[in-house]
Amino acid sequence: MTAKGLSRRRFTQTLGIVVASFALASRSAFSQTPGALPFSLRNNRKLEGWIRLEPDETVTIFTGKAELGQGILTALAQIAADELDVGLEKIRMVSADTSRGPDEQYTFGSQSIEQSGSAIRAASAEARGILLAASARRFGVRTEDLQVANGTVTSPDGRRATYWEIAKKDPNLLRGDVAATAAPKKPSDYSLVGKSVNRIDLPGKLTGAPSYVQDMRLPGMLFARVLRPPRYGAKLVSLDETAVRSLPGVVAVVRDGNFLAVAAKREEQAIAARDALASAAHWSDDAVPLLDMADLRGGLKKLRAETIVVGATGQSEPVADQAKRVSAEYTRSYLSHASIGPSCAVAWLKDGHITVWSHTQGVFPLRGDLAKALGMQNSQVDVVHMPGAGCYGHNGADDAALDAALVADAVPGTPVKLQWMRDDEFAWAPFGPGMAMGVEAGLASDGRIVDWSYDVWSNSHAMRPGQAGGVNLLAAWDLNTPFAKSPPPHIPQPFGDGDRNAVPSYELPRKEIRNHLLLDTPVRNGSFRTLGAHGNIFAIECFMDELADVAGIDALAFRLLHLRDPRARAVLQAAADKAGWTPGKRGDGRNGRGLAFCRYKSIGMYAAAVVDVEVDRKTGVIKVPRVVMAADIGLVVNPDGAKNQLEGGIVQAVSLTLKEQVTFDRREITSRDWSGYPILTFPEVPRVEVILMDRSEPSLGAGEGSLPPTSAALANAFAHATGRRLRELPMTPERVKASLS
Amino acid sequence: MSYRITVNGELHLVDASPDTPLLYVLRNDLGLNGPKFGCGLGQCGACAALVGGKLTRTCSIALRDVDNVTTLEGLGTVQKPHPLQRSFIDAQAAQCGYCSNGMIMAAKALLDRNPNPSEEEIRNALADQLCRCGVHNRVVHAVRRAAAELAR
Repeated sequence: MTAKGLSRRRFTQTLGIVVASFALASRSAFSQTPGALPFSLRNNRKLEGWIRLEPDETVTIFTGKAELGQGILTALAQIAADELDVGLEKIRMVSADTSRGPDEQYTFGSQSIEQSGSAIRAASAEARGILLAASARRFGVRTEDLQVANGTVTSPDGRRATYWEIAKKDPNLLRGDVAATAAPKKPSDYSLVGKSVNRIDLPGKLTGAPSYVQDMRLPGMLFARVLRPPRYGAKLVSLDETAVRSLPGVVAVVRDGNFLAVAAKREEQAIAARDALASAAHWSDDAVPLLDMADLRGGLKKLRAETIVVGATGQSEPVADQAKRVSAEYTRSYLSHASIGPSCAVAWLKDGHITVWSHTQGVFPLRGDLAKALGMQNSQVDVVHMPGAGCYGHNGADDAALDAALVADAVPGTPVKLQWMRDDEFAWAPFGPGMAMGVEAGLASDGRIVDWSYDVWSNSHAMRPGQAGGVNLLAAWDLNTPFAKSPPPHIPQPFGDGDRNAVPSYELPRKEIRNHLLLDTPVRNGSFRTLGAHGNIFAIECFMDELADVAGIDALAFRLLHLRDPRARAVLQAAADKAGWTPGKRGDGRNGRGLAFCRYKSIGMYAAAVVDVEVDRKTGVIKVPRVVMAADIGLVVNPDGAKNQLEGGIVQAVSLTLKEQVTFDRREITSRDWSGYPILTFPEVPRVEVILMDRSEPSLGAGEGSLPPTSAALANAFAHATGRRLRELPMTPERVKASLS
Repeated sequence: MSYRITVNGELHLVDASPDTPLLYVLRNDLGLNGPKFGCGLGQCGACAALVGGKLTRTCSIALRDVDNVTTLEGLGTVQKPHPLQRSFIDAQAAQCGYCSNGMIMAAKALLDRNPNPSEEEIRNALADQLCRCGVHNRVVHAVRRAAAELAR
């Protein structure tokens, strides 16, 4: 950081600046207009597409969202059960499935409760209204005189009928379009929403019931493995398959351009065949030049960029008097999803139709890209979601789906299960892009920020399948007739891409925020939990502490000075109170405490984190004994489920901050197993205390918003403890030692 | 070649090569789902089972070196869960659940040798079991609850 006097001229931007076009991406799920038909209902109007009454007196609820381990199916079942007035045990959830469910695009952006929850609430309220109206006609009474409990309607004179009996009389009763005119219940009338309900899927998962795509077994199923090139850009020069084909159990060797895979009768045979394939394949020396890890920030800033102003206030006004001008630069490494289970898919081509079971986040978008890559019609392809290991964004799931489909295409009629090996996952799944951030601000003599200038450089965090202009699946780029990558979509603020949360939530009279979308892609980029918000909030919230220091104001007071939103102020105060925040307390060189705030996506959940650290100055190891977070997620559907998500995000963020970076030399990814990509372990995990604010405003997704403030608060705690600031993530022992020496 | 192997108290004849990693026999020959493929390198612990009562990475041990295996399925069922499985459910000590098999099996091995572990002992016993969703604290809590219940 540098603090400069008034004479310092305003930082001038040398790159070309384009004013943002705020046109929504065509198919985007990026906006929700309040008061309109819930987003997910707009293209899925049929009531029976959401709700069906089954002959066994259960209710099937269809959602287009997928269970990624976040407990969404349980929360959606709570909403449906409450709105319908049936017991939770009568609800059966059907998750994303192109053959029989609504198209809700992707399960991403912490939007499942907001989107699918709103749609299911509206559809359930409507179904209940229709069933009550039919009951009223049947009993010859007024609707408002009916009582309903656990799916049974009772008239004032005691006559009863169940929903299922009523629906049986008129099979078309629930077959109309959802008008979304039935008023949902008031939150005060909920009996399940707002209560901690155990996850419906966990008893099976914790006792070994078949639950995951990895657990699927179909008759005659083959096991498959893929062999990827040794590095980005390498081409298959030659391959003698003879030895591989003669290995025990091998049924097929699939080769198409640079795509190589094997299928065998037994799994260990497929793995042995993959090893043999690796020995037999000769690859060209081609490589995509990778950045120098020793200067990631410099490397990123040198890539070709398209620059867009994504936020500006007061730029036509002169800058107010500034007593101090301060600037700093921050960097975040490339991050791996590092899911415990490598990506997996099952594919079965039968009579010209292929079904693919996948842990994808978007069954419909994946279907579209699969159809293109396979040269089939959408109607010939179905994608069914099956849970996989934890999903924190766009991992290898979609790629494995095409890999499996390409092998299934080579053995028509036979189902194929393909799972990636650990090195496939670490080397080839999309990474959360490395990011460089630069920020400069002017402070008035009273310590208030009067000017703010911010830049973020990163590749797109949005390279999912289903985007226009190409096919975003790994194998599709390697085929003999390759497909182009789809270009990144423009995701406008407040959602943003690399610029997610680049526009601060603070009251700033004059500001300009520029997003430099990097066009060269040295390593494969994609969506990792929070997209750019993690890097941007790290920079913004560290810089707020740096400014507070320069202004001589306590970090909490300095933030409150620039925040008007009462919900933002409330989470900061609640976290500080719970943690026992002492204004102005100095660190002792070893122990420190840091604070940070984030309103995720600027319109989502609010979170404030207080993180404690203990720094071992000799080893450079930072220990985190405790994290306190206050979160406002609006109306809470399942408090324990939400807490689980927030806690998990906090632990993951500590791991990202202290340990995680994808490593590479100038040619190849080198972090290919858990020793090369360590994550936080049990003895290192902090004690975590989460406060959920008691609010009745609309629910806000809780899946991501706890990460960004945790990382920033941890960095602030280190600076507080030691008086030194680390502006590069991760805060490894080497960097800690270097900063303290 | 047929191999005899006792898994969850039942004797099985398995038609697999003796150098087959145990994991694939458990999953594909015996149809068990508890042990998961995570890394195949013995690094993550998702494939853990008890072999002769000892916590073992089943991806990294050959069929020929194995007898008397207990997997997650051998502990309990949905209808009749083992106290550890019940405490994991009660504490909601999972998100994706993919690593849970290893967590529960490692906790079982721990409680078998130390029925009343301290929090630190639990954390150390689970240090080599990787979890990515961040449910570590809930797992520790669940193991403590199970220990208390088993002691009654």
